[in-house]
Amino acid sequence: MIYKIWMSVVKEFLLLKRDLGGLIILFIMPLVLVITVTLIQDSTFKAVTDSKIQILIVDNDKGSVAKTVFENLEKSNLFTVVTQIDNKPVTEEIAKENVHKGKFQLAIVIPQNLSSDLQAKVDQNVEKIVSNLGLTDSTTTAEPQRIIKEKEVKLYFDPAVQMSFKNAVMSSIDKMISQIETKSIYSTFQKQLGEGTVDFEQKSFITFKEIIPTINNKEVRPNSTQHNVPAWTLFAIFFIVIPLSINIVKEKTQGTFVRLRTNPVSNLVVIIGKTITYSIICMIQFYMMVAVAVFLFPSIGLPSLNIEGHLLMMSVVALFSGFAAIGFGILLGTVASTQEQSAPFGATSVIILAAVGGVWVPVFAMPKIMQIIAKSSPMNWALEAFYDVLLRSVSFLEIIPEISLLLLFFIITTSIALFYDKKKRAV
Amino acid sequence: MYSLNNVSLNIHEGQIFGLLGPNGAGKTTLISMLCGLVKPTSGHFSIDGLDYQHQASKIKKIIGVVPQEYALYPTLTARENLHYFGSMYGLKGSDLKEKVIEALDLLGLLKFADKQVQTFSGGMKRRVNLIAGILHNPKVLFLDEPTVGVDVHSKTAIIDYLKVLNQNGTTIIYTSHHLAEAEDFCTQIAILDQGQIYAQDTPSALIETTKDARNLEDVFISLTGKALRDDI
Repeated sequence: MIYKIWMSVVKEFLLLKRDLGGLIILFIMPLVLVITVTLIQDSTFKAVTDSKIQILIVDNDKGSVAKTVFENLEKSNLFTVVTQIDNKPVTEEIAKENVHKGKFQLAIVIPQNLSSDLQAKVDQNVEKIVSNLGLTDSTTTAEPQRIIKEKEVKLYFDPAVQMSFKNAVMSSIDKMISQIETKSIYSTFQKQLGEGTVDFEQKSFITFKEIIPTINNKEVRPNSTQHNVPAWTLFAIFFIVIPLSINIVKEKTQGTFVRLRTNPVSNLVVIIGKTITYSIICMIQFYMMVAVAVFLFPSIGLPSLNIEGHLLMMSVVALFSGFAAIGFGILLGTVASTQEQSAPFGATSVIILAAVGGVWVPVFAMPKIMQIIAKSSPMNWALEAFYDVLLRSVSFLEIIPEISLLLLFFIITTSIALFYDKKKRAV
Repeated sequence: MYSLNNVSLNIHEGQIFGLLGPNGAGKTTLISMLCGLVKPTSGHFSIDGLDYQHQASKIKKIIGVVPQEYALYPTLTARENLHYFGSMYGLKGSDLKEKVIEALDLLGLLKFADKQVQTFSGGMKRRVNLIAGILHNPKVLFLDEPTVGVDVHSKTAIIDYLKVLNQNGTTIIYTSHHLAEAEDFCTQIAILDQGQIYAQDTPSALIETTKDARNLEDVFISLTGKALRDDI
């Protein structure tokens, strides 16, 4: 039996060696994929940190609030403020047109009299509070208060802008305006209570500090590579479903499968041969991706993958992920009768598994129902195991549940394939 | 409606048994059953005293099968294909290598041994297809249309090789549309139509007992009629 398995492995490697298209899918495409995606994600990350986004400002206020907005936006390192296009001041109409055409991603329209009305409103509120506290001058007669309408800062977004970017910008502007309002309230109180009497500390009392996980007293700061390489390596590993299922379908259509059925060899031997071959391929894929991420990424300006102390456990996760993908490929190839069935179904199902598994959108950001479904995706188990190893630095014991699920998935899919084949076998 | 109905056959050791019949007669179904590819709904059969229902794995070791299609990996060379299929019968090492070389040589393919099968002509593929089924010296060899679509030279080479195998003790069961070939090659013939055996005897006996028959083709037409058998 061992010899038959060995010969099956040799045969599979010979078939792969002669299949240039298959080799490209298996080895080159995953590398192109991981480099491209990491470059894009890294540059997106840089777009928000390093390079600035141009933002149109229509200043109808000309007051202190607008000035503060200008200053804060410039200081934020996120935006470059543009107030003129072709040496002409930007009006709301021009801003709207430019943003909707996609020439700018965002325009902010600051309404007229925002500064004066904000100050007036704050004055009214502070006066009311101070008078309620009995701190006003008894000789002062109360003036009738004028009604100040709420002010609206208008935001125009390029329709092509993604929701996540939109939300981030809106929350950042909202925070900025709140700070201006707070500052204004403090200043008015200070004025009302008499200069020099009370000195308000206007610096934020509560601040944030991100605590970075450390290993051996070294901070392990997650970056786009640490997130992308495991995710897209998994994606590539699961893409093995396509060549593997095609390989099985071809055997059926070529007639070699019929010959094997008449030979004194069980289908289990054939499947073990394929499992060994494709597991080796998975591991080669994995090590190639890791090598690229460790050695090539720094030379193209990407952060290097930090695998210090993780490689062994990462290899275990990659191997079990490979088993899950192989099981799925064997099942698909056994059930499908043509390549036209297996190839598109394989590709689409891998994309669905990746989407559901959290390769693109993190599971925590998914709707409740999708979060439950995500937990049933082998890609999710594998991704979580990779993140556990690479980003959370867990011990081997802690990834046992995830790799056990991956192995179980392999056993179940392969058993179904064997059972299906046996039902179709004659004697 | 059954593909085969009430078929009873006794094939003796050393025979070259031809299963002849028009399209859709049930030849391939019958041979597929005997090879273990199709499960009969009822009935039983045995080969060399081994019952197929209970001893299928033992039977698979003593039979060889040459399917109608080229059951080979097109991107592997002839040698690689034969090493693989030979190994599935438990052959290994120098024994396997020598058998492959010997068979390739006998069928005139040795100089093409290391060429990919996809570059071969139909006749060459048929010969490799045949070798893949006989490397383990089977007691019984099943062939489904082994000479279909090949030129005269390849056909002659295949038939001559099969005769040598038979002389060395292999019982041959084969299906064919080539009646003249079957008349010359087979020692026993069964004519099958609509899932039933219409006649079974030696070629000469079949010709003698059929009125006005000069050859096997006359016997065939006499038994199965002239109507076309197209069916979808």
